Amino acid sequence: MIVTRILTALLASVLLATAPASAETVLRIGLNDDPDALDPTISRAYVGRLVFAALCDKLFDVTPDLKIVPQLATSYEWSADNRSVVLKLRPAVKFHDGEPFDAEAVRFNIDRHLTTAGSFRKSEIGEIKSVDVVNDLTVRLNLSQPLVPLLAALTDRAGMMVSPKAARELGDKFGTRPVCAGPFRFVERVAQGKIVLQRFADYWDKANVHVDRVEFVPITDSTARLASLRSGDLQMIERVSPTDLAQIRADSRLKIFGVPELGFQVIRLNVANGPKSKALADVRVRQAIDLAIDRAALVKAVFNDEYIAGNQFVSPSSAYYNKKFPVRPRDVARAKQLLREAGQPNPSFTLILPPERDRQEAAQVIQAMLAEAGITMTLQSQENVTMLEAGKRGDFEAYFTFWSGRPDPDGNIFTHYACKGAQNDSHYCNAEFDALVTKARQVADTAQRKQLYDKATELLLRDVPALHLWHRRVFTGLSARVEGFTPHPDGIIRVKGLRF
Amino acid sequence: MRRLVVLVPTLVIVSVLIFSLQKLLPGDAATALAGEEGDTAAVAAIRAKYHLDRPVTVQYAIWVGKIVRGDFGDSLRSRIPVADLIVSKLPVTVELATCSMLIALALGVPAGVLSATRQGRPLDVAANFVALSGLSVPHFWLGIMLILLFAVQLGWLPASGYVPPWDDWRRNLTTILLPSIVLGTGVAGVMMRHARSAMLQTLGADYVRTARAKSVPERLVVLKHALRNALIPVITLGAIEFGRLLSGAVLTEQIFAIPGFGKLLVDGVFNRDYAVVQAVVLVSALCYLLLNLLADILYFVADPRLRGSS
Repeated sequence: MIVTRILTALLASVLLATAPASAETVLRIGLNDDPDALDPTISRAYVGRLVFAALCDKLFDVTPDLKIVPQLATSYEWSADNRSVVLKLRPAVKFHDGEPFDAEAVRFNIDRHLTTAGSFRKSEIGEIKSVDVVNDLTVRLNLSQPLVPLLAALTDRAGMMVSPKAARELGDKFGTRPVCAGPFRFVERVAQGKIVLQRFADYWDKANVHVDRVEFVPITDSTARLASLRSGDLQMIERVSPTDLAQIRADSRLKIFGVPELGFQVIRLNVANGPKSKALADVRVRQAIDLAIDRAALVKAVFNDEYIAGNQFVSPSSAYYNKKFPVRPRDVARAKQLLREAGQPNPSFTLILPPERDRQEAAQVIQAMLAEAGITMTLQSQENVTMLEAGKRGDFEAYFTFWSGRPDPDGNIFTHYACKGAQNDSHYCNAEFDALVTKARQVADTAQRKQLYDKATELLLRDVPALHLWHRRVFTGLSARVEGFTPHPDGIIRVKGLRF
Repeated sequence: MRRLVVLVPTLVIVSVLIFSLQKLLPGDAATALAGEEGDTAAVAAIRAKYHLDRPVTVQYAIWVGKIVRGDFGDSLRSRIPVADLIVSKLPVTVELATCSMLIALALGVPAGVLSATRQGRPLDVAANFVALSGLSVPHFWLGIMLILLFAVQLGWLPASGYVPPWDDWRRNLTTILLPSIVLGTGVAGVMMRHARSAMLQTLGADYVRTARAKSVPERLVVLKHALRNALIPVITLGAIEFGRLLSGAVLTEQIFAIPGFGKLLVDGVFNRDYAVVQAVVLVSALCYLLLNLLADILYFVADPRLRGSS
């Protein structure tokens, strides 16, 4: 009897405790994973960018249609030879520790990106040779060679500015207590538990910040993440799985937004990377594989048409998509003919892929499609890091990966297919292609760049060093109470502007 | 004392094992960190910084040297000192394990005793059925169902997350309740089965028959004479299960977003975050060994005969 009373009292007090304690507005966002170090220089994981968007302002930002707009820099001007760019900086901006943001801080940050051991920003802005402080609010970035995509890099982590004072004091521990100039300041991080940010009172654009506190909560299980959104524990979740869309759409208390991603899902084919390239060295075999895949059917069957069939390094909705070469219908007869011409009517190869639902299911559908053209594709599951290692070593015939995408087309093509590209595990190398994508880095005129990329796309479609298959839609799920959300193709949630 | 001395070589063996097994995994922290977007120069710099380019024996020596000085190193992924990670996660895991164990004991032992005293009767069959269900229901399924019922439908409890007791003890209880039920019911099933069979054995023993012949009330026969003797295997099992809970309940932690040991360990393995994996395994092994020691001490408390024999 006493036990029952105690239990009842305990449960009652526990239930009462679930009521909110104060009127402070808290926005809780569910993440798919726990971010890595919260230091823009050494951060690599995509998921960290969602936290940075609230924590660290950048020199520039991108609009939903990928136009570069001012953030901490107010304007830019390229020199005539595109070898230097002058940036004007926003006045009266403070870091979270009260330190002023100025031209010296920009120089410090660029140097930090370029010189820190293990910096992942160096390859993005490595062409910056030096930074001149023209005056307090003006800097000039001098480049070793013309590089127009540099500005796009400055809309991401390479453009994030951290407090020089804090960075000097904390050294390589900076990521555990980041100090930036964004709308929210860092409060605490419980690894794998939550990251808490508080509204920054001295933010330069504080009129557009409407919530007091943001908490990022990593929940790896998608069903549990969705349940937390439905129960009201979370107000937003990122990268919603297509299988969860029906539930969200059926719930009037929730909203869902989706935009095509910047990146692509791709099968890399080993063209010339070591002895394993033998299986797919003949371009006709690669073309036959390409022709035997019905991308539209694949996307319909596996993703219920929520994703977008693709065949190029940008999605069909991008301004840089080459409309002359849309996603082709499948042509098994032509594929068989090409195989006969190559003298390999029944080629076989192994596709390595990680144990992840999307890619596993798609690979099985592709396997069946290829079989109809007489091509045997064996599937071999490998844990992700193991697969990527095999890719670098050339220990693969084909592997199934993805690219998260960049706002500037250069980030989706150069590093993947240029002879010396860091991601070019296929070891595809074509001088004509290299000349085109190198030239496209040096011209600022959009129309001219489009022409160069159109031609480069044509070469990729002919040489097939990789099979671009589909583009995901980045879905963000949110409580109907949250207003002011604009989805961006980079999938990053901008907390600024959100309100209840 | 002798048992305490054995701890040291055991821990050394564990450390060598975990270090060498980890190195068998292809890829290292640098490639894992770089992910799909590998950047060769940065990867090389990370390798050099964390001595990943040195021979394994040198890496081991560097690590042991640091551990001896009380330095567990930093997480390669988040750069948070591993000691801080462990200090922040250990209380969470201990709390979850303790609450689950309490639920398991509160349900499992009485159910085992009841069903042994009513062997073959409907109550016994029912208890066996419930215990078997507790054992067979997958944790992730039960977890999701409880979340859907108590968080989504009824809105009584939060669906996920963890609040430390020193921040707000009531919210702490709301966050720890569902995961403890999920883990506790699973263990309760095992407890019930063991308690039942141990009780059946002791209830059939001569001294119990003697006690009954001396007209000792049945309640006393069961609780004092039989149960106390039946506790030895239950204590052994409890220590093993508690140790298992302490080394992390990955799925449950994942579903309820509880930042405990299990998730730390699994993420560490996937990210090849050696410093984290090594430290977590070492601490888990230590906990396990200490629990076994505790179980030995409890044997003495439960069974006076053992005091004489040692």
